[in-house]
Amino acid sequence: MTGVSAPGRARLGVRTLREDRWWLAPLATFVGLFLFVVYATFRAFQGAYYYFEPYLSPFYSPCLTTDCVPGSSDFGQPISWWPLSPALVILIFPLGFRLTCYYYRKAYYRSFWFSPPACAVAEPHRSYTGETRFPLILQNIHRYFWYFAMIFGVILSYDAILGFRNPQGQWGHMGLGTVILLINAALIWLYALSCHSCRHIMGGKLKHFSRHPRRYWMWQQISKLNGRHMLLAWVSLIWLVVADFYITLLAHGTISDLRFF
Amino acid sequence: MSRNAKFRVWRGDAAGGELHDYTVEVNEGEVVLDIIHRLQATQAGDLAVRWNCKAGKCGSCSAEINGRPRLLCMTRMSTFTDDEVITVTPMRSFPVIRDLVTDVSFNYQKARQIPAFAPPPDLAPGEYRMQQVDVERSQEFRKCIECFLCQNVCHVVRDHEENKTAFSGPRFFIRAAELDMHPLDARTDRREFAQAEQGIGMCNITKCCTEVCPEHIKITDNAIIPMKERVVDRKYDPLVWLGNKLFRRGND
Ligand code: SF4
Ligand code: SF4
Ligand code: FES
Ligand code: FES
Repeated sequence: MTGVSAPGRARLGVRTLREDRWWLAPLATFVGLFLFVVYATFRAFQGAYYYFEPYLSPFYSPCLTTDCVPGSSDFGQPISWWPLSPALVILIFPLGFRLTCYYYRKAYYRSFWFSPPACAVAEPHRSYTGETRFPLILQNIHRYFWYFAMIFGVILSYDAILGFRNPQGQWGHMGLGTVILLINAALIWLYALSCHSCRHIMGGKLKHFSRHPRRYWMWQQISKLNGRHMLLAWVSLIWLVVADFYITLLAHGTISDLRFF
Repeated sequence: MSRNAKFRVWRGDAAGGELHDYTVEVNEGEVVLDIIHRLQATQAGDLAVRWNCKAGKCGSCSAEINGRPRLLCMTRMSTFTDDEVITVTPMRSFPVIRDLVTDVSFNYQKARQIPAFAPPPDLAPGEYRMQQVDVERSQEFRKCIECFLCQNVCHVVRDHEENKTAFSGPRFFIRAAELDMHPLDARTDRREFAQAEQGIGMCNITKCCTEVCPEHIKITDNAIIPMKERVVDRKYDPLVWLGNKLFRRGND
């Protein structure tokens, strides 16, 4: 080993002397992310049960291929050559955004790659180059995914507003699904606005806050949100599943939508 | 109220060493450094430990307690249960000199590599004027007491000795960020330096430095990630690059 047992260092003979349950946090993260990936993969490939008037599952929004079920395509169906599920066309944007997110990077580097598994617990790898080489150097494009995330924020908000119709398409109605989609849109916005790249773009990049009072103010607000970025990453992820699962149950006919008016 | 506590302390030098068991008296309100001093006074007169202020301000007494990087003088005995065996070892990322004392010169070499603050050419000393909002961010980084616990815990060098040449470590990323955010620093190549010379790309933002910092500096969120984003501006973002060329920005 070249690390904690390198010549000259104190010889301790073990990879860590920690006796607390340091493995608990990476294990919980692993289980949480793994379950999400399994569910999301199944649902994204399924290509069915994602639309129940007037609700569209966030995994399938926007629905852009000619395979999309009637009524689910708010922005037309420009893509006819795609043989697979319509969710897979747009998947790269939310997936890329979360994969390159500074918080999720920390989460999966620790829990999936053990680099490191926990602080002061030696990692199992022989060599390490961090994010300096391909493919991990691509983490640097995170801000581009953030630009797309802004567009998705608008689309998901639009979906939530469409939820104020009844199954016949008349406005002025509301059901439990509307509330679920509204919360989903709000959480996606909060997650994307608390992003570290957003904090940088809004004002963090400046050298003189005093010359840009408005951007300084925005940076301060984003910084407050940014402190909760990890929480928002998890809550918005879990809520995606809640929203999709609710709509699936409706589409299957397992439950019926609770209509308020 | 006094009790007896079980301690395991690493004794040895670069040639080798081992954990020694001690049973030692502990009194109300004491910290681990007090117990180490009592060991020196009663059972192990030649035990080597580095310390100065006993107030968490000099950064000398860094070590590892039960495997976690801590300041000996800021770890209260009351945080352990009465029957817990407390293991004290030297920092594991630096060469050991003797017992709990390590050779931290790696950090001084990295410090010397950073180009110093560059005075603005058009201002004489004494004419510097800065707004509080412009220096606030850097002030967080000035709290650093150079205990090097962050340098010690960082897996980039802790687990890979060979990375020490290419990687400066979190303490010096906050220095880089402090200077890059400084309203009067005249250098414009701090980002290139952070990437090419300090190896900021090797950090995978897993936040152990932030977890151990006794000054609670948000090293990763407030220094490393902003610095990585600044590097992206220079190196990987064609839009920002084009904007700077077309509109001659860069003095914001
Ligand atoms: S966040 Fe980066 S600098 Fe800090 S301990 Fe982790 S890898 Fe090292
Ligand atoms: S940044 Fe914190 S942990 Fe690192 S040397 Fe300074 S005070 Fe110590
Ligand atoms: S840092 Fe998490 S979304 Fe950008
Ligand atoms: S003795 Fe000064 S920080 Fe502990």
